[in-house]
Amino acid sequence: MTTSTPPYERLTYLENFGHSLRAASYLYKPTTTEQISEIFKFARQNGLTVTLRGAGRSYNDAALNGGGIVLDIQDMNRILEWNPETGLIKAEPGVTLQKLWQHVLPDGWWPPVVSGTMYTTLGGCLGMNIHGKNNFKLGTIGEQVVEFTALLPTGAEVTCSPTHNGDLFYSLISGMGVLGVFTSVTMKMKKMYSGLLDVHAFPVRNLHEQLNAIAETAPTNDYTVGWLDSTAGGSGLGRGQLHTAKYLHEGDDPDPKKTMQVSYQTLPATMFGVFPKSIIHFFMAPFLINPGVWLVNTAKYVASLREGHYKQPHAAFHFLLDYVPNWEKAYGRDGLIQYQSFVPKETAEAAWTELLTLSHKRGMPSYLGVTKRHRPDKFLLSHAVDGFSLALDFKVTNGSRAPMRDMLRDFDRIVLEAGGRFYFAKNSETTPETAQRFLGQEAVERFKALKRRTDPHNLLESDLFRRVFGGL
Amino acid sequence: MPESKPSAATPLHHCRSAIIVGASSGIGAALTRKLAAEGYLVAAVARRAELLESLCAEINAAHGEKRALPYHHDVTAYDSVPAALQKIVQDLGGLDLFVYNTGIQHHVKADEFDFHKDHAMLAANTLGALAWLNPVAAMFHHLGAGHIVGISSVAGDRGRVGAPAYNTSKAALTTYLESLRNRLARRGVTVTTIKPGFVETDILRSAGTGKKFFWLIDPDQAAEGIWKAIKSRKQTAYVPAQWGLLMLIIRHIPSFIFRRLSF
Repeated sequence: MTTSTPPYERLTYLENFGHSLRAASYLYKPTTTEQISEIFKFARQNGLTVTLRGAGRSYNDAALNGGGIVLDIQDMNRILEWNPETGLIKAEPGVTLQKLWQHVLPDGWWPPVVSGTMYTTLGGCLGMNIHGKNNFKLGTIGEQVVEFTALLPTGAEVTCSPTHNGDLFYSLISGMGVLGVFTSVTMKMKKMYSGLLDVHAFPVRNLHEQLNAIAETAPTNDYTVGWLDSTAGGSGLGRGQLHTAKYLHEGDDPDPKKTMQVSYQTLPATMFGVFPKSIIHFFMAPFLINPGVWLVNTAKYVASLREGHYKQPHAAFHFLLDYVPNWEKAYGRDGLIQYQSFVPKETAEAAWTELLTLSHKRGMPSYLGVTKRHRPDKFLLSHAVDGFSLALDFKVTNGSRAPMRDMLRDFDRIVLEAGGRFYFAKNSETTPETAQRFLGQEAVERFKALKRRTDPHNLLESDLFRRVFGGL
Repeated sequence: MPESKPSAATPLHHCRSAIIVGASSGIGAALTRKLAAEGYLVAAVARRAELLESLCAEINAAHGEKRALPYHHDVTAYDSVPAALQKIVQDLGGLDLFVYNTGIQHHVKADEFDFHKDHAMLAANTLGALAWLNPVAAMFHHLGAGHIVGISSVAGDRGRVGAPAYNTSKAALTTYLESLRNRLARRGVTVTTIKPGFVETDILRSAGTGKKFFWLIDPDQAAEGIWKAIKSRKQTAYVPAQWGLLMLIIRHIPSFIFRRLSF
């Protein structure tokens, strides 16, 4: 590794999850902390920056580093310690949620916080401080972490917990991977008495009903998530379907050993028993135009009018995004983006009424809407509020980029005025001004000070980091 | 905190990036302006720092955002190229288009035989190009994408009485670009050879003292022609196009006639 021969053979185009952005980087896949130190040294000698990348499931530019180094940590994926008595697990950052739940469930445990896909890595989950459908109850994934070790760009190896190096604990988690590299994570799993959840599905007729229902069902449920028909306007604006779920108590499940088997949980590879799911996304593609999506959403709403009570395996309930493999490819050549806003419970309904109406008026309806209930947390770059979130997927087309960008700027204004926040794993167009405003000057200053302390030479950067903190 | 990175690409704001080596004046400066106007983020590379700085300042002021970044560099500092390229690509956040435009021409009298003048022309026009084209080609080869443009010249099509080394430097560049095209086409990389005729630049002024030129165009017209060739991913383009026909004839003039001609 000398300065005269850059590692051209490592150059590769990496994409975001939505296939809507790509960037060329020197890709490294380290397996040890020592290798990461070496790469840091090389980057510093060559004036290159380093971006951490897990499974690459961010919808934006969080794991992209145009012209720089990308450190893919997926090969650091060993489970280091597992104690089925206490539910404490220690794992490397490349371990995916899939590997995690499959490791602990047969022993009667489940990861307390999971994302809508199980292919995310622990490193990525902590960097973004992900949440699940129980954010209102258990908080973010960071709140389940007992301790982690991290390598800082200074070369220092630190151990952090809520009480030890607390400032680093609450900033590396949520710090979008620019303060240091997680090298191990210790988390507490949640005790289970069944591999099934008790699920209740019911329709809601408009946004008001949707948000009320989420708020009302939250205290008595372990999970709640809403699907929002983002194509419906008028009196049906915000209509959709709610899914709430409860854990089963000890004794509820006659055969927990069986339902907690991985094979019992695994998503079927075929639909209706015969149709291979790996090719479904090809058949979805023709429907992903405005009229097609209206049709699909309307049909889904009509189907949801029939209320349902049923038992469902954890994996099937949580990992909806994995139900159709590669579904994001159905969005075509220019991919998709997601716009997720977190708005306090008092202002959410008005703000999102404005948002959804605007998207209809501009002829750029979202193709998928999802709502959740949240609570605030103590992490530095927090996206959480005491309120709700609405995630909207949008298809990108070559001609729609500029008008959609304008629309999202208007969305940002509406959300900010409502006291809302944003999530760095999702939104791709957040500007430095918007980020400063929702994070607040004090949080930004503290983040800057921590960044100078853990990474004085600015080795760790990403396209996301430069985009939202570049002007600081 | 990082330096403010100019107009970073997002899913809703795709931003192409380009490097122009030899950007401080003439065709290079005009092409830098043109690409910036077409929405590119351009790294303008040249030896003359002052000209370069003012060009970039002018472009950025005109667009109200950073679209041109100045890089001071001497193309004959061959060993410094890989590191410079790596730094520029990091600053740009990628690379879609590379243009090698640097060219110098020393006036050589009919009875003058000066190795040093010849060497200087080959050093800048040809070896400088090779120093840049190799690492750029390596990048594009591995990425399986990219567009390389070499500004050669009609002067490379024949060896004339008046400019032996300049003709050689451009002939070599033309041939090298052809090889590169054949190597990289299978990797999805486009290589375009541009052959301008007479363009009102410093080169022309230093080459021909008091001569009359035909089909003379200004650098902006040249940049327009080059942009068209880039956009349509041409392999070879004469600028302006009528030179293509003229050079077809000139290339076929038999030597026993050509050596008696005065140009």
